[in-house]
Formats: sequence, structure tokens, C-alpha cells
Amino acid sequence: MKLATVLLVDDEAPFVAAMQKRLTKRELEVETSLNGNDALALLDKNNTIEVIILDVKMPGMDGIETLMEIKRRHPLLEVIMLTGHATVESAIEGMKLGAFDYLMKPCDMDILLSKVTEAADKKRKHEIKIIEARMKEITQRMA
Amino acid sequence: MNPHMNYATSHSDANFYQSLTRKIILTIMIVSFSPMILVIVTLLYQFRDSYIEKTDDHLVEVVMKHKQNIDAFLKERLSNLRFLSANRSLEELINEPFLQEKLNLLKREYGLVFTDLGLINDEGIQMAYAGPFNLSQARYADADWFHEAIKSSYYISDVFLGLRGHPHFIIAVRHTYGGRYWILRATIDFTAFNSLVENLRVGRTGIAFLINKDGQLQTKPSFDVTPPKIEYLLKASNQDEKEIHMFRNAEEEGRRHIYVTAFLKNNDWLLVFQQDAADAFSDLDRTEKIAAVIFLLGACAILFMALILSRRIVRIIRSADKKNEMMQQQVVETGKLASLGELAAGIAHEINNPVAIMVEEAGWIGDLLEEEDLRETNNLAEFKKSLKQIHTQGKRCKDITHKLLSFARKTDSQTKDVQINDLIVEIVALSSQMAKYNSVDIRTHLQQDIPRMNISPSEMQQVLLNLINNALYVMEKKGGIIDITSKQSQDQVFIDIADNGPGIPESILPRIFDPFFTTKPVGKGTGLGLSICFGIVQKMGGDITVNSAVGIGTRFRIKLPIANMAQSERPATAPSVKTEEATLSLE
Repeated sequence: MKLATVLLVDDEAPFVAAMQKRLTKRELEVETSLNGNDALALLDKNNTIEVIILDVKMPGMDGIETLMEIKRRHPLLEVIMLTGHATVESAIEGMKLGAFDYLMKPCDMDILLSKVTEAADKKRKHEIKIIEARMKEITQRMA
Repeated sequence: MNPHMNYATSHSDANFYQSLTRKIILTIMIVSFSPMILVIVTLLYQFRDSYIEKTDDHLVEVVMKHKQNIDAFLKERLSNLRFLSANRSLEELINEPFLQEKLNLLKREYGLVFTDLGLINDEGIQMAYAGPFNLSQARYADADWFHEAIKSSYYISDVFLGLRGHPHFIIAVRHTYGGRYWILRATIDFTAFNSLVENLRVGRTGIAFLINKDGQLQTKPSFDVTPPKIEYLLKASNQDEKEIHMFRNAEEEGRRHIYVTAFLKNNDWLLVFQQDAADAFSDLDRTEKIAAVIFLLGACAILFMALILSRRIVRIIRSADKKNEMMQQQVVETGKLASLGELAAGIAHEINNPVAIMVEEAGWIGDLLEEEDLRETNNLAEFKKSLKQIHTQGKRCKDITHKLLSFARKTDSQTKDVQINDLIVEIVALSSQMAKYNSVDIRTHLQQDIPRMNISPSEMQQVLLNLINNALYVMEKKGGIIDITSKQSQDQVFIDIADNGPGIPESILPRIFDPFFTTKPVGKGTGLGLSICFGIVQKMGGDITVNSAVGIGTRFRIKLPIANMAQSERPATAPSVKTEEATLSLE
């Protein structure tokens, strides 16, 4: 059993590759995309993904825009922002838009891992709550 | 800056301002003097012309009148004689007592003008005589005047000495008695006539005299009249037919004279009026002297004003230039910081990603080393040490790039109304742990009634933290005291951060605010801290200065203008606009 399924979105291919290997080694299922559009497409196809690690600064659709779109389409997915530059503003904006947390590049593997587990937990708890609500509704209807 | 270059610049500056002063003085002088000279010269010239014309006219008129007077005098005397000879018979006239009686009558009537009377027959023998001299039976057959008198009905002679040896002249009237010419003759007293002529006095030196056609003086002027002068006068007066002549001769014994001449007695005599030009135009002279004095005084005043004014103007220009220069330097400094910031941000971005990749790759190697088959390698410890070093250095790169970015980026520069003391207290609390570790005592001396200021608290804290950290760093080994003082003085708020650390050597003091300048060992500092502080304080409209003495300590002083005072602290004036901003920034 994997710890969580993650989607890693970053425009730097070598970074994505190294990260994928390291996270996989730490019992995570890792999918990757090199830009926001690919990530969105992948999310539409793959519903096992629980947490997204998203780079803020990307060419084309940047992290903030991608975050907005993800949150619009998949409100339950948790997003951890990864920023290469210390712009508190973009991090704050990400948080306002519903990101789970933000980390600065290069980040400590242990911290990243703990954040990912936390995010996955949160997502699962949300899902459980939703299922519970549904169940309640169904039982009420049946009664 | 190079001290020699500095010297050269200030030297050429001095030259520039000196020549500017000269130019201003010259301009003021030209502008002031030209109209003044023009006006004075024009007025003086006009005045001189009209004054001379007036004086000339006056002299001509006076002389004309005098000439008429003398002519009238001669004519009257002649009429006296003519009346006598026409109304009296020869028998009466030849009777000396009768003649004496007539002479007395004339003397009584006209004063001492008539000296004597005589009756002369056509042979030139004086048949009767009344007068002071014994001239009865005197013979005039050879006298010039007799020949002239016998030829015409009347005759007025020139002045001559005659038989009596006294200067006099004669008025003679010819009459016919019994078919023969008889001449009734009167002698005119020279003194009386002389005083009549000399009666014409104008000014101090204006005097008249008479000369005859031959250039002999007919009166006795009180000064010498030289023959060349007489010749000159006659020549000048004879040059045309005018009744009256006026001319000025060239200098003569250092004096210029004005002459007015008029012929009288049927052009026999020339009345000459002579006056010193200096005397005639003394008023003009005085006016000219006054004008010259006024001009000189005016010139002095202008010169004085030009000197004072130009100095003042140049001083103002100089200080304006200095200000301008300082502002330009500031602009350059700010621009330098800004462009450096952009550059730094670019570099930081570009470096950060590869560094992140390197760190991740190193991490991956570390992960792989954990696997069993590699565990047995002899060099495992070395590998791990190496990877740790890569990780540490990657972190260091991250620190540098992040600092560069924070130097370049716009931090939270939203302003709020803050109490500066609160910020200080907060930062001191943050630093207290580190201070304790370094055995440094941070003491605060805060003035309590400092008004709230409208500044960015995070920026201000960044500055304070930076300065405190620097102080802590230098006192790392020995420990010490940091004194933080806040106080308000008129329109400025001062925040002093003073340590008793080793101090900053004078040689590097001017460079400490330069970006990338650091005294810390490689890897310990980016050299951006103080230049970030400098930029922030400048942006707030304030100033940051440093005082340091090696072995005693260093004091940084932040000066903030009170213009940053929060709206609520200001005396109620215009409705506040800033409040809204402040509220917004609280979000």
C-alpha cells in the first residue's frame, strides 16, 4: 500500500525526474507533468491522485492559474505550492486560493514528505466526511 | 573617491564660479552704465548747447544795446554842438565869455562830459576858447582833425593827445558865417567817455573797450591789449558786413575768450566786448561738475551693488548646484541599487532551479546509498560526507539567492500607522535568544511620546533586525552591550543602534553601504544587508548614517522625517486620505 498518490508539476524536467525517483522510493505513487495544461489533462483522466505538488513559476500557465483551475475542477484535491523564489506574496495568494501549504525550493525531503502525508490525510478525511454525509442522506431517504 | 580628482573638480568649480561672478558683474555694469551714460551725455550735451546759445544771445543783445548807447551818446553830443552853432551868430560865439557861459550850461546839463569849447576859423586859428587850458589863438592848421573837420559838416575825431598832452577826442561842427567856414569844436572828457564804455560789465571778467580802424585803443582797458590781438579782432570783425560779430579765439595765456564786436560811429570805431569763456560759462561748468559727481557716486553705487549682488547670486547658484549634485548622486545611487536588484533577481532565478536539481540529485544518490548492495562499500562514509557537503552548499546557494531576491523584490511595503517603539521591542525580543547566546546585553532607551509613524513595519523591522544582527555578529567572541535609543527631535525621529564592539576601520567606512561589500568570511554574508537597509530607509524619505571608532564601537543612526507621522498624530488639518490606506493595509 502506497502512502499517497502525488502529481508533481514543474517545468524543469531533471528536477521532476529526481523528485519522482526520491518520492517513489519513499512509498509514494508519483505522476508527473511539465506544465499546467498537461497536469489538468492528467487529472481529468486519473482520479487516484490525492495531492499535487505545484511549482509557482512556470512558462505558459503559471502555478497560480493552474491552482485556480484545479480547485475549480477538483475542489477536494490538495495542492502544495513549491516556489523557487521567496515571494511571500505569491505564496500568500496561493494559500488564499486554497492551497494546502507552500515550500521553498530546494526543499527538505522530510518536510515535503510530511506535508504530502498531511495533505493526503486531509483529503481522505474530507472524502470520508462526504461519504458519511451521503450515507446519512441515503439512510434518511430509506427511512 | 580619488582625492586628487576631488581637488581638481573643486578647483575648476572655483574657477567656474569666479568667472560667473565676473560675468554677472560685467552684465550688471553694462546694463546699468549704458543708459546712465547715454542719459547724462545727451542731457549734458543738450543743456550745454542751449546754455551756450542763450549766453551768446544774451551777450550779443547786451553789446548791441551798448553800441546803441554809445552811438546815441555821440549823436547827442553832436546835436548839442549843432544846436549851438545853428542858433548863435558868429559875434556871439566869438565872444569868449559867451562861450564860457554855454560851456557851463552844457556841463551843468551833461556833467563833466564836455571839457572845453572852441571856435576856429578856416585857417585853423582858434578865435575863441572856453575851458581849463590856455588855448586862445592856438593854431590847428596842421592838426589832422582840423583837415577832416573842414571837409564835412561835422566830425568826431579819434582819441589823441593834441596840444594839451591829455587823451581826448573832439566833436566838431562846421558852419558858414559870411561866406567862410567856421568850426565849433567841443572836447569830450576822456574819463567820462571811458567810464561810459566800460560801463558794460558782465560777470566777473566781461569788459568792453574801443579801438579805431587803425587799431588804436580809444579807451583805456584795465588789462593789456596786445597789437596781435587788435589785429585779430579787426580782421575777424571786417570779414563780412554784419553789424555785430561774435567769435571765440583759441587759447591765449591758458584762457579762452569770447569776443563780441560791433562797429559804431559810422564804422570808425570798433566796440569790443571781451569775456573769459570760463567766466561766461561758469554755471555750465558747475552743472557739469555736479553731473560728474553724481555720475561718479552712481558708478560707485552700481559697482558696489554689482559686487554684492553677483556674490549673492553666485552663492545661491552654488548652493543650488551642490544640492542638485547631491540629488543626482542619490538618484544614481538609487538607480544603481534598482538595476542591481533586477540583475540579482534574474541571476537568483536562474541559479535557484539548477541548485534545486543538484540538491535533489544528491538526495537521490543518498537514497540509493541506503540500498543494501551499496552499504558494503568501503567509501560509504566518504560518500555520505560528500553528499552532506553538496546539500550544505546547495542550502548556502539557496540562502544567497533568497537574500538577493529579497533585496530586489518589493517586500511588504504597505504602510501602517505604527509605534516605532513597539517595533523595536518586538525585534529586541526576537533577537534576545541570540543575544544571550553571544553574551550581549541589549538595552533600550525609548522616548515614550514619539508619534505613530506611517511606514511599512516589516521593512522597518528588516532594517532593525539587520543592524542588530550585524552588531551581534561583531561581538560574537567577547560579548558586549547594544544600546537602542529612540527619540524625537523637532521634525525628525532618530533611532540609534550603538554597540561597543570592535568598531569599523575608517578605510572601509565609506563602503559599508555598498552592495556586496562584506567583511564576513566567505559564505557567512552576502554583503547585501546594509545596502538593503540603506535602500529601505531612503525610500521612507529618511537617512541612515554611521559613526564608528575602532576599539570603541559603532553607532548607526536612522533618521526618519516626521512627514511620515501617522495621520492620527497630526494636528487636525486637511481631511485625512491616508486612513483608508492604513485600514486596507491591515488586511
